Amino acid sequence: MIRTFGFPEILFVLEGAKWTILMSLAAFVVGGLLGLLVALARTSGIRPLRIFAAGYIQIFQGTPLLIQLFLVYFGLPLLGVKVELWLAVIAGLSLHASGFLGEIWRGSIQAVPDGQSEAGRALGLGYASRMRDIVLPQAFRISLPATVGFMVNLTKGTALAALLGLTELTRSGQLMSNITFEPLKVYATVGLVYFAICLPLTLCSAQLERRLNAQG
Amino acid sequence: MTTQNNTTIRMSAVNKWFGKMHVLRDIDLTVNKGEHLVLCGPSGSGKSTLIRCINALEEIQGGTIEVNGNQLGKKGANADHIRRDVGMVFQQFNLFPHLTVLQNCMLAPRRIHRISEAEARDKAMHFLEQVHIAEHGHKYPAQLSGGQQQRVAIARALCMGPQVMLFDEPTSALDPEMVKEVLDTMIGLADQGITMICVTHEMGFARAVAHRVIFMDRGEIIETAPPTEFFGTPRHDRTRAFLSQILNH
Repeated sequence: MIRTFGFPEILFVLEGAKWTILMSLAAFVVGGLLGLLVALARTSGIRPLRIFAAGYIQIFQGTPLLIQLFLVYFGLPLLGVKVELWLAVIAGLSLHASGFLGEIWRGSIQAVPDGQSEAGRALGLGYASRMRDIVLPQAFRISLPATVGFMVNLTKGTALAALLGLTELTRSGQLMSNITFEPLKVYATVGLVYFAICLPLTLCSAQLERRLNAQG
Repeated sequence: MTTQNNTTIRMSAVNKWFGKMHVLRDIDLTVNKGEHLVLCGPSGSGKSTLIRCINALEEIQGGTIEVNGNQLGKKGANADHIRRDVGMVFQQFNLFPHLTVLQNCMLAPRRIHRISEAEARDKAMHFLEQVHIAEHGHKYPAQLSGGQQQRVAIARALCMGPQVMLFDEPTSALDPEMVKEVLDTMIGLADQGITMICVTHEMGFARAVAHRVIFMDRGEIIETAPPTEFFGTPRHDRTRAFLSQILNH
């Protein structure tokens, strides 16, 4: 029996969207924390840390997200860790995000003039305070457009989880398309939902930027 | 006058290289409590580097530096300890642009002396009043003129209660009409008896407040003399050449 693309089908798609949002949020948070560590390691005074972070960034920037997801999903069981599909996907996305955010934030930290950190040192402030109070707030402001751009990309990148069989937004679209034979309607809806998820991100960032710039 | 306890800074045989460049050569310098020193010399002579070594913003490769009896260790060990006694004012102000004037002044005392917000605010206001800028406390640095920013930078350093103030060409980045307000602030500080070392080409300032003027060239201290002697009867050819360059135009 061929179903039409009606309200229940749209609800099914929205149910998938819930996963997309959940995965994106989790990857922002975990990937962001890891990314901060990567950025700090990449800008640290300790050479082995810098080299390690540089390699880490290279690996995640130089390989496709899909391959990273596959490697985490199929690789973790080999290490004796049995994980749920959604957890593996979030782990993969977080690692991916940490590499990219690490590099974006590395650049932003280095874009803060040396005089800032130097003024902090001259006042007797230690590394932790110089970073937290002086450098990172300024780096955050510099990194905002690139960070949000990456977050939007990551949100859309969660679509790859469909290929591992996770019923997120894109996969629920596929399923609905298969039973309704109305791919155009279905995928247009799916596209709109992605857009609706990403739009607030961009709007929030634009507003935040205006607010930060008002400080002159 | 040069008893042991009266000495605030003692540099002995200090040597520093930037790569292969020998930027400080066997610097011996003793600064007494309450003394005001002016350092001058051509660009690249090492005068900024010299004062940046005192608070360990630069590492030295030879010799020793002592501040208030604390010796600066190799690789900057003990640096944070020494920096708490030494305030620094930079050519480019280096105020924190994301913090208000008040917050700029409160940050270090809050973090290092761990005083309450109210106490830090009182202290900040006290020093902002001293440099006549308290009414701008709520503003961000970018909303102030260069001269105002530099006065905030002076107040920020004073909030840490330093024994010594280092000034690294504090008026060189300023528009001419703002130089006076900053120099007046520094003269006011000098009158209070704080120890200060100032890298500057403001010779009027040197005449007014310096106990000794030091001329440096190519990493060496060439001549040290009280201002009247330094400007009146400079002993060294290089000093005379330098003075004729900056005074006759």
